[in-house]
Amino acid sequence: MPFMPVFLATDVLLWLLIAAVAGYGWSCSRKVHLALPWKRVFQSGVASACSVVLGGFVVVGIADSLHFRVKLDQAGAGATAYSPEVLSVLDLALSGLRERHERTYSAPLSTRLYAKELVEIKEGPDAGRQLREYPRLRHGGSHLESEDDRLGDIYARVGLGLLAASLAAVLIALAARRLKKTSPGIPWQSAGAMLLVILAVALPVFMLSRHYHVLGTDKVGQDVLYLSLKSIRISLIIGTLTTLVLLPLGVALGITAGYFRGWVDDVIQYVYTTLNSIPGVLLIAAAVLMMQVVIDRNADWFPTAAQRADFRLLILCAILGLTSWTGLARLLRGEALKLSQLEFIQAAHAFGVSDARVLSRHVLPNVAHIVIITVVMDFSGLVLAEAVLSYVGVGVDPATTSFGTMINAARLEMGREPIVWWSLAAAFAFMFVLVLAANLFADAVRDGFDPRVRIP
Amino acid sequence: MLAYIIRRILYAIPILIGVNLITFGLFFVVNTPDDMARMQLGAKRVTPEAIAKWKEERGYDKPLLLNSKKNGLEKITETIFYEKSVRLFAFDFGAAEDKRDIAHEIRTRMGPSLALAIPALLVGLAVNISFALLMAFFRATYLDLWGVVLCVAMMSVSTLFYIIGGQYVASKLWHLVPISGYEGGLDAARFVILPVAIGVLGGIGAGGRWYRTLFLEEMGKDYVRTARAKGLAESVVLFRHVLKNAMIPILTGVVVVIPLLFMGSLLTESFFGIPGLGSYTIDAIQAQDFAVVRSMVFIGSVLYILGLLLTDLSYTLVDPRVRLE
Repeated sequence: MPFMPVFLATDVLLWLLIAAVAGYGWSCSRKVHLALPWKRVFQSGVASACSVVLGGFVVVGIADSLHFRVKLDQAGAGATAYSPEVLSVLDLALSGLRERHERTYSAPLSTRLYAKELVEIKEGPDAGRQLREYPRLRHGGSHLESEDDRLGDIYARVGLGLLAASLAAVLIALAARRLKKTSPGIPWQSAGAMLLVILAVALPVFMLSRHYHVLGTDKVGQDVLYLSLKSIRISLIIGTLTTLVLLPLGVALGITAGYFRGWVDDVIQYVYTTLNSIPGVLLIAAAVLMMQVVIDRNADWFPTAAQRADFRLLILCAILGLTSWTGLARLLRGEALKLSQLEFIQAAHAFGVSDARVLSRHVLPNVAHIVIITVVMDFSGLVLAEAVLSYVGVGVDPATTSFGTMINAARLEMGREPIVWWSLAAAFAFMFVLVLAANLFADAVRDGFDPRVRIP
Repeated sequence: MLAYIIRRILYAIPILIGVNLITFGLFFVVNTPDDMARMQLGAKRVTPEAIAKWKEERGYDKPLLLNSKKNGLEKITETIFYEKSVRLFAFDFGAAEDKRDIAHEIRTRMGPSLALAIPALLVGLAVNISFALLMAFFRATYLDLWGVVLCVAMMSVSTLFYIIGGQYVASKLWHLVPISGYEGGLDAARFVILPVAIGVLGGIGAGGRWYRTLFLEEMGKDYVRTARAKGLAESVVLFRHVLKNAMIPILTGVVVVIPLLFMGSLLTESFFGIPGLGSYTIDAIQAQDFAVVRSMVFIGSVLYILGLLLTDLSYTLVDPRVRLE
């Protein structure tokens, strides 16, 4: 095999999660009462537009979650060796961006480096003399005959991208019209318009990115656009895998506390009050610091650096989950307290239905809307938390590219004159779009599921 | 009332014991003092003597829970658990990695933290409530809609960007205030004004939206309809009736954080170089100074429990219907 697949722990969990979501979607599509609230969600134009944006992020994240190690060409070596570098499908798709390194910072779309260097003049009367100036980039704009063509070339590429986007617009409009007929009620226009906006940004960027660094390069000369795209996976993982820990704990403990009452309730309440009373960041920081010691002590668990970083990411998710289930548990406890007094539960008791069955068949389905709302609402907060935690130094592995580490690295360069603004701007733009879409979508989900909220 | 307070304080004791056990588990059981020594000493090849010396200097050379070599009460007191965890209850924090007394550090750093946190809380509260009242007053108009859109957009920006952007605009471009640092006395205002402004700005999104929901919920109630039926002006209804009745949920959110103000803000303080407890904690986390982190965890929990108690007490002040049993 020319490559060896690498199964990072977070990859496996992410795929399981996707399978679970797909299974849930399938069962929703077969049961009217489950599908109804989702229908209400997607009837909102904002929600369908946001789900297109989120879908785009998810596609990038998924492509970045299939990892492998390339086989090394070693003539004569008996054993097959694999590169220590773990790549993903996304890396493969963006191999141009990944490989076009510069020496250090360069501004977006520029042809020259950001720092002056000694350059030898190759032609003309002064040939052989050395001069301090901004050297040409190795890759950015290197296809140009003369730098004066840069603006024209950029406009041509953007124009070409927009032309492609306008072609796509026709297709989208046709598709939206068709879908409108087959399944009315869903605002296909807003979804289509959002798709078009994405394409109108992505296609010109794609055209430019083949010969320029659209968002500049960072300190070691890596393309910032590539780094931003790589960061998406970390955000998605933190926002979703955390719920894998949070949900079982929050649901199980919350429901049992409210349903059984008595000493069970006391114990569970005690546990979550105690956890809650420890300041969140401190608890996370303490736990992450401690796990880092464990990782350092057992360096031989991890064959590659990527696997070590991935383990830390997984631990971070687990810790975030362990520290944040209390809110959900408290909500569900209150709800289960209320439910257990209702007649249909008492009727179930009268029929001799076991507690486990009452919990799973009668209580759980009636609190499902709270669970779904909480999961969706938590996502954006977790994405934002990652940036802060990475800044504090207790987030993802410092070698991992994430929005937090990008901001952290860019912050140190704010003192430069003129300032290096592009890493920060890139992280800001990507995070803002992701979190805004998640927030708006979460609002729609809450409106669709919450029985108290009535759409006017 | 007094009996209630005493009962609540007694109830806090098992919680603090739990907090103590969690931190003890995290700091001493998951990782033995040997691991900590190895990490602090840094070098790959640490000699056993160096580790032993490091542990002895900090009193980590004792057994964890039970010292079988000693007799009587010392079996329990001559252990890490007693010396490091139980003593926290007496607010005896010991010394940090740099040998300074943690309790003294906390006392001196409390001032700057409060100088930043109290104005930030008060101004933030005033701004959020006025903004929310404005949106509630113009509810179901475009002003309200765009207000909510603005809130959601502002919520979606990471705090880090508010801080970095604010520092860049106010200090670097406009040279209004120093970029970071702190001085005691009245000079503090110069250093505190920007962090406060940024903190308020960053809080408008979530805060404004939250209070707006509160006010709107309150406005659907019967007494509001009665007030309107009496012919009161909408502004009177809003400011005199709705605002007063919305005080209870507002108080729940605010009073609980008041004691935690002592802890300062981790991010703001470290970005602006304010020598408060927040930056102390962040420095300790980054230097992996476990003694300080442990102390701050304990203080944070005490303050949180205090906040819960104050919240319940404040209910009786604003709502005569609430009686504490």
